[in-house]
Amino acid sequence: MKIPYYPGCTLNTVAKGFETSAKEAALSIGFELAEMPAWNCCGATFPLTPDNLIALSAPAKVLSSARKTGESLTTLCSVCYNVLKRTNSVMKNDREKRAVINGFIETDYDGSLNVTHFLEILRDNIGFDKVKAAVKQPLTGLKAAAYYGCMLLRPFEDMGIDDAEDPVVMENLLAALGAEAIKSPNRIECCGAHLAMTNEDIVVKLSGTIMTSAVRNGAELIVTTCPLCQYNLEKSQSRVASDTPGYAGIPIVYFTQMLGLALGQDVDTLGFDKNIWDARPLLRKKGIIK
Amino acid sequence: MPRIGIFVCQCGNNIAATVDTKKVAEEMARLPGVVFACDYKFMCSSPGQDMLKQAIKDNRLDKVIVSACSPHMHEKTFRKASEAAGLNPYQCEITNIREQCSWVHHDKTKAAGTAKSIDLTRMTIERLKKNKPLKKINIPIKKKALVIGGGIAGIQAALDIAEGGREVILVEREPSIGGNMARLSETFPTMDCSQCILTPKMVEVELNEKITLYTYSEIEKVDGYIGNFIVQIRRKAKYVDEERCTGCGECIEKCPFKVESQFEMKLAKRKVIYTPFPQSVPNVPVIDAPNCPKIQKDKCGACAVVCGPKCIDFKMEDRIITEDVGAIIVATGYELMPNERFGEYGYGRIKDVISGMQFERLASSSGPTGGEIRRPSDGKTPASVVFIQCAGSRDEKKGVSYCSKVCCMYTAKHTMLYHHKVHEGQSYVFYMDIRAGGKRYEEFVRRAIEHDNAMYLRGRVSRVYEKDGKVIVQGADTLSGNQVEIEADMVVLATAIVSRTGADTVAQKLGIGYDKYKFYNEYHPKLKPVETVTAGIFLSGACMGPMDIPDSVAQGSAAAAKALSLFSSDEMMREPITAVVNKPTCNACWDCVTACPYSAIERDTVKNRDGVVVRWLAKVNDGVCQGCGVCVAACRSKAIDLKGYTDEQVYAAINAF
Repeated sequence: MKIPYYPGCTLNTVAKGFETSAKEAALSIGFELAEMPAWNCCGATFPLTPDNLIALSAPAKVLSSARKTGESLTTLCSVCYNVLKRTNSVMKNDREKRAVINGFIETDYDGSLNVTHFLEILRDNIGFDKVKAAVKQPLTGLKAAAYYGCMLLRPFEDMGIDDAEDPVVMENLLAALGAEAIKSPNRIECCGAHLAMTNEDIVVKLSGTIMTSAVRNGAELIVTTCPLCQYNLEKSQSRVASDTPGYAGIPIVYFTQMLGLALGQDVDTLGFDKNIWDARPLLRKKGIIK
Repeated sequence: MPRIGIFVCQCGNNIAATVDTKKVAEEMARLPGVVFACDYKFMCSSPGQDMLKQAIKDNRLDKVIVSACSPHMHEKTFRKASEAAGLNPYQCEITNIREQCSWVHHDKTKAAGTAKSIDLTRMTIERLKKNKPLKKINIPIKKKALVIGGGIAGIQAALDIAEGGREVILVEREPSIGGNMARLSETFPTMDCSQCILTPKMVEVELNEKITLYTYSEIEKVDGYIGNFIVQIRRKAKYVDEERCTGCGECIEKCPFKVESQFEMKLAKRKVIYTPFPQSVPNVPVIDAPNCPKIQKDKCGACAVVCGPKCIDFKMEDRIITEDVGAIIVATGYELMPNERFGEYGYGRIKDVISGMQFERLASSSGPTGGEIRRPSDGKTPASVVFIQCAGSRDEKKGVSYCSKVCCMYTAKHTMLYHHKVHEGQSYVFYMDIRAGGKRYEEFVRRAIEHDNAMYLRGRVSRVYEKDGKVIVQGADTLSGNQVEIEADMVVLATAIVSRTGADTVAQKLGIGYDKYKFYNEYHPKLKPVETVTAGIFLSGACMGPMDIPDSVAQGSAAAAKALSLFSSDEMMREPITAVVNKPTCNACWDCVTACPYSAIERDTVKNRDGVVVRWLAKVNDGVCQGCGVCVAACRSKAIDLKGYTDEQVYAAINAF
């Protein structure tokens, strides 16, 4: 089974491990993430003003070209997922905007593509029970906190992947992989997002709350779906550690890295070396890797 | 040739300022068929009406027109006056030259207003020429009422009708009457015990000979029309013979099976054979069939063994009974929005996050804790409680757009009850606005704040989570501009009030309207607050929208008064403005049947001498028809006409323009 897949820019550059681990994991469960041809950047933000249609043209172009070869499109990055899915819903439901955007990018796309997240493929198409059955190296004894951030869940009427206030999809996946899923109260809070470029202090404050709260609740590792969250959390790590007595840092990994590990992939192919905060010593300590 | 009289009203200066009424009268006098025309300062005054009557007699008029204000104002007045002078009242027509003419024209030369008044009156003349005398419809009235719902509104309505000497059937879905009020601990703003003021009324219902009480019953089907409803009621099997049961409670004692109690809002268990609460009326237990092993698997049967009068019958089945009534009062009440919908508050996940109704049970002396405030998780007395208002209310995105109206008051009451029972305890209230409109309501809230130490924080809560046995509440205090975090022992959500599950199906059975939240629509929000568009069906209580006890009681009484005034005569006179089917042209397509909002059109047959159906025909039931005209517009073969507003009349008026 081939599933049309949109990587997005980050996964081809700084979050390479996110992509390779996902692709390998998919293969070992029995499907292939087939990269769509000729894609462009999704734009990385969904416009907050309703009349800023130019920002929708890039994602609309991606959607339109994906629709020509298939009925669905899946992504890994939370931001891409958010932008593509929301743009798709504009293209589907807003006749006027659709006409303007289609006219501008010279297509006739109608919003009929089904935009999904890789988590949804695992949960709805494959099923977590089948994922569980495919686990070769259970993550036994690992206390992992899922961190959702904003983009995957909100706005809930557009995204609809899970309950926006009390999501369970990642916890259920982690449990299927054999880990102990820790629910931290701050797991759906914002990491500071693009403020990383303009006001790092806010990012450190927000990311710090997320990480220290996870640690306080017993987590040894944080699992995320978003390259921006991953970056912000990791980048803030040292400043948070110097501000917070007793906090020694926590590895931030992608859910696909944990998935790949549990499915028995070679640890060297999972991109752990690309992370600033190395998770491998912890995994070694837990006996999950040698 | 008809003998028409025209009376043009000046309405003081209301009409005369922009209409030359004298000229209108003069112009009209010239038209064929008009034998009398005049103008007058106030036609609706006594001398004006006397003049109309005198003119009818003196000129032997057989049709009259009053060109004056809107027919809504004085059509009745002038038709009555005409009738007194010997005319058929429907030979009197009104031309509206005030709201639709003089008031909208500002031309002081009076040219425009006068010309338009002449046109309008001329049109009415042509219309009136085609008027046929109509006779008011007499409908016999069955002087018996049905009240649906045995909460406080329904109880009040049933008692008032019974006091008025008429028979009442009170139908309640649950095993006991009492409704939501029976769950409450104290009531605002007087703090009297809810059950103490409710249960005497419940007993009154049981003892009143005029009231027939059907508990554990539901409305199956409603046919007929005002004064003549035929209602089928499903009496669900109680598995206990009501006649013979003495209410000793032995069976409940002996039943070995327990399930969650809906009455206690899942804070306690009840037996499978049960009465919802000790003061239930009637005091007859029912068996919860889906949970009873005897009924499901033929195991146990302990209750039947201990029953002295041998009144338990596991083979009992639902029965459908039919009742004829003249009026129906709908008082089906409300329920609470499921809190699980709000993930951020953790309801259903965190044991110590409860709903306002659950707090009522905790505070109630007959509740699961005997009135002590103890939290559900470990039974400890909470040292601090956070109350979150508007949990679902005023939240269009995730909840409902309306204000649930009673939560501000009951939350203030909760903080007081908590403080009275746990003196050292601290309560916090997150609110959006405090809405305390009502007699002594604002003072009540002030008392909670000033005397009972409630800390009110204006802002919303973003997250509730558990930490080390505490419930952490994160929120905003918008007045100080700070984010706050409170370590509470318990959280109480003031959950939105929503309509009853199945409110829409009940409305469809009755043929009454409801809004998008499935609250029932009153006929007019101000002037007909307890009537529905379906004549003879009245509303009371929270089935119309969130409502507190005083309002529900007032509405129960109001609906009862409406029913009693309907029952004051043997027959009811109705306006004859109804639809009528022209039999030769009806082709029985039934478009009118689907179009009619009042279910007033039936499928009738024509039979030959041998009794064989030869034709199908639409037939309008005069008792139900409201004269809206929808069927007239829907009819493809133009076989339906509205009496008093026939196509012929309308065309005549248009042609005269």
